[in-house]
Parts: sequence; C-alpha cells; structure tokens
Amino acid sequence: MQVNEWIFIAIAILASWVFPAMPLVIARFLQPRRPNKIKQETYECGIETVGTAWVQFKVQYYLYALVFLVFDIEVVFLFPWAVAYNQLPLFAFVEMGIFIALLGVALAYAWRKGALEWG
Amino acid sequence: MIEFLTNAGWNKDVATFVAIVLGVIAVSSFGLIWIIFSIWLERKIAGRIQDRVGPNRTGPYGLFQTFADIGKLLTKEDITPEGADKFVYNIAPLLSVVAVILIWAVIPFSSIWIGADINVGALYFTAVGSFGTLAILLAGWSSNNKYALLGAFRVTAQLISYEVPMVLSILVPVLLAGTMSMQGIVQAQHIWYIFAVPITAGIFFTSSLAEVGRSPFDLIEAESEIVAGFNIEYTGMKFGMFYAAEFIHAFTICVLTAVLFLGGWRGPGANLEGVVGGIIGFGFLFVKSAALYFLVMLIRNTVPRVRIDQMMAFNWKFLVPLSLVNVLVVALISRLFLPDYGAAQNMASTATGLGAFLISLIGPGALAELPRTIVSLIANVGLWWVVSELLHRYANLERRKVIDLVTEPPQFSPEQQPTSAPAGR
Repeated sequence: MQVNEWIFIAIAILASWVFPAMPLVIARFLQPRRPNKIKQETYECGIETVGTAWVQFKVQYYLYALVFLVFDIEVVFLFPWAVAYNQLPLFAFVEMGIFIALLGVALAYAWRKGALEWG
Repeated sequence: MIEFLTNAGWNKDVATFVAIVLGVIAVSSFGLIWIIFSIWLERKIAGRIQDRVGPNRTGPYGLFQTFADIGKLLTKEDITPEGADKFVYNIAPLLSVVAVILIWAVIPFSSIWIGADINVGALYFTAVGSFGTLAILLAGWSSNNKYALLGAFRVTAQLISYEVPMVLSILVPVLLAGTMSMQGIVQAQHIWYIFAVPITAGIFFTSSLAEVGRSPFDLIEAESEIVAGFNIEYTGMKFGMFYAAEFIHAFTICVLTAVLFLGGWRGPGANLEGVVGGIIGFGFLFVKSAALYFLVMLIRNTVPRVRIDQMMAFNWKFLVPLSLVNVLVVALISRLFLPDYGAAQNMASTATGLGAFLISLIGPGALAELPRTIVSLIANVGLWWVVSELLHRYANLERRKVIDLVTEPPQFSPEQQPTSAPAGR
C-alpha cells in the first residue's frame, strides 16, 4: 500500500522526544533534591559573579554567520541543479560555473578584507 | 519495508500506523543501544592506544562500565542555576538528542529496510542535523552564565562554519547519482563513490568530524580550555544527554559516510530477496560504519587539538575553496563521461569468453560507470597534487617570513649605550 513517506518523519519527530525524556523522568525519581541558595548560584570559577551574563560578543561571530548564510543559500540553489544535472546539456555546467565563480569572488573579497580572521 | 510486516487481518490504516510507530522505535533504538556498547569500545580502544587497559572492573572486561556511568548520572542532583530560562534550559539537551535520532529515519539499512525513503534525504539530514547546533546555542544562552554563553558562541561559530564544506561535499554524490534520496544514492553506487571522488569523501569526513566536535576539532568538549563551555550549568542526566548525543552523532556520521561514499549496504549477496538479503545488507553497512568509527577513534587519540583560529582558517581558507573547485571538477567530468547503462547492458549480453567472465564479475552497472570513475579518480589525484603544490609554496613563503624575523640583525651592538634621543637629530 502506498503510504506517504513523510508520515514516518512526522511520527518520528513526535516520538523521538520520548527517548531522551525517559531517562530524565527516571532521574526525577532517583535523584536527591535539596536545593539551597549557594548551590544554585551561577558558576564563575568559585568567585562571586561580576556583571550580568549577557555580555557583548565579538563582531567576528556575526561576520562568520553572514558568510555562512551566503554559502548556504548558494548550496540551496546548487542542490536542484545537481539532481537534474545528468539530464541537462553541457551549458548547465557553464552556467553553474559562473554562479560558483561569482560566489568565489565574494569569498575572495571577504578573505582580503579580513572578515575571515579570528583575531 | 518494515511497514509491510503486520498487514494481516487488521484495519489497514491502523496496521500501517502501528507498523510506522514500530519502525520509528526500531530505528531510533538501534542507535541508542549501539551507544551503550560504543562508549565502552571507545574507552577500551583509547586505553589500548595509550598503552593502558581501559575499564576492566565493572563486569567482564568492563562491559558494564556504561551502565555504571548511566547509574551515576541518574542519581545526581539536578541543580538549575538561579536566573536560568527554565523552559529553554530543559529543552536544550532533549533537542540535542532528538536532532541526532531524526537523522536515523532516512538511513537505508538494506535494500528493503529504510525508515522513510523520502526523495530529499540528503537535504533532510543536513537540515535536521543543524538542530543540534541550535540546541547548543540554546543551552549556552539559557544558562545565565557568561562562560556558557561565550563557549556556546565559539562552538556555534565552529559548527556553522564547517557546515559549508560538508553540504558542498554532499552535493557530489547527489550529482553523481542524480537523486537526493539516500536509497537512490546507495543503489546508484555500482562502483563505490570513494573510488571516484576520494577528495570529496575526505572533505565530508573531515567537516563532519568538526560538525560533531570530535578530535581534532575538540573545542566543544575541551574541559581544559573553557571549563566545559556551554555545559557548565548542566548536571546529571541532562549533561548525560549532551554526552550521549555527541556519541550518537559521531556514529551517525560514520554511517552517513558509509552510505554516501562506501556504498551503504552494497556488497556481494546483499541483493538477495527477502529477509536474508536484508540482514546481509545491514551487516555490510554495519561493518563499514564500524571501520569508519574505528578510524574516528584512532584520529581522536593520535592527533592534537587545533586552536580555534587555526580551525576557522582551515575551514574558510582551505576547505571551502577546495570543495567549490571539487564540485566544479566533478561536474565537468561527470558531464563528459556520463555512464551509459544501455550500452553497458548491450556489451554485457554480447560479450564472449574472458570479457563475459569479467563483466559477470562486476556487473553491467559497474561497467557503465568505470570510465567516469577512472577519469574522475585521475582528476582528483591531479587536483590534490595542485593543492599540495600551492600549500608547499604558501608554507615556504611563511617559513621565509619567520626565518627573516628570527635572523634579523640586532638593533643595538653590545658596546653601544642606549642613550636618550640626542637633541637636534
């Protein structure tokens, strides 16, 4: 009988939460529970915390995320091309080569501008 | 498929539903049960490589060590830090495990056993695997701890960076097979793709190692560096969830590499009908992934950890350009040497003597793919030679810079006194 394959995925998404939840539920019965204020303090190498936890972060992370976004979108475009590639004429290769070359120029630009440095 | 086991006498919809649920349970449980064994295996092998025995007290040969660890984690108190975002804090470890379990839904265990043979399998497992990255970010953010947050940022930067070459290298088997469905990719591998595109297999394996956070890209679990990173505020079984998720993910990428590049369940005898063929195919997949997992453990115990800036430079300046060029090279060769299954079938049925014997050994499918494989292998070797030449040039340049820096003549000679700047100069 032809059944839609995605139903398996849907049920898997719902059912797979059970697997990690089971040990947590078991642990809820087995563990001691004696909360006191000192234990629940935020960890900072044994000293009192200084300032809030939501600190400023380096702009470098933002740059990595941007470059990742560009390449991820490119890959999303590359997937259907790859699937249909065997039926397309040779010109498809040239077209995609131009597309990848454009993105290669973007990578080279980011490289030269220092957007890929960690420091 | 697993669903066709119980269609006898019941209402059809109910039977299918139950079969699907059983299939989900079976598919997820396989990974989870294997973990219990593989943690023991990992510790034993790490011990042997480090010239010691590894756990051997709990049970024969230390086999019950994992159960002892699970028992310890289950009985630890669950301390939630004050000010933590409770809902997100509790969801993050669950999400981490769920993300990995969902990948198992599309892995083809044999020619007849697969969870869901969706036609976008390759894209699906990339998308679902990224939930693990999200889980780490949630964990770090909700812990109300600046060290957890910084650790989570670093880890997320590593994971999203290595996703780019990983997805680019998944593109290559998809291109060679002409389909994104995992079962389709396995069935199209008359010759294993690792023989056609070894560089792509290497890129996929390396970037998946970085995705999982295994050595040498160990920063996620580098206890000596940032005090357990995003894991700081997690105790007991919640920490156990992250730990288990990492191990399951490591084995999952071994299985994925086997499916994409080593021919999955293919092997002599795996095409038999019925349950026998299924078990043989499953056995082949298991042996291939176990061999890869041994390779993962070997790399972990022999190679030192890389720094975060070295890791990022390696990704963006080496792996990404290499994988882009790789896709182009493979695409060009695949276009020029399209496998012609019709002609191969003709050749198979009209060959005589020694030719017939050889063709019957490898099958007409493999015969069709042979020219493409050989040319693409030569091209890969050529590409690797070009890459290593470039690396040598670059390394010589860097070396010369360092030598110039080290052998610079000193500014002051010993008899000259450093005085204050004379007036008027």
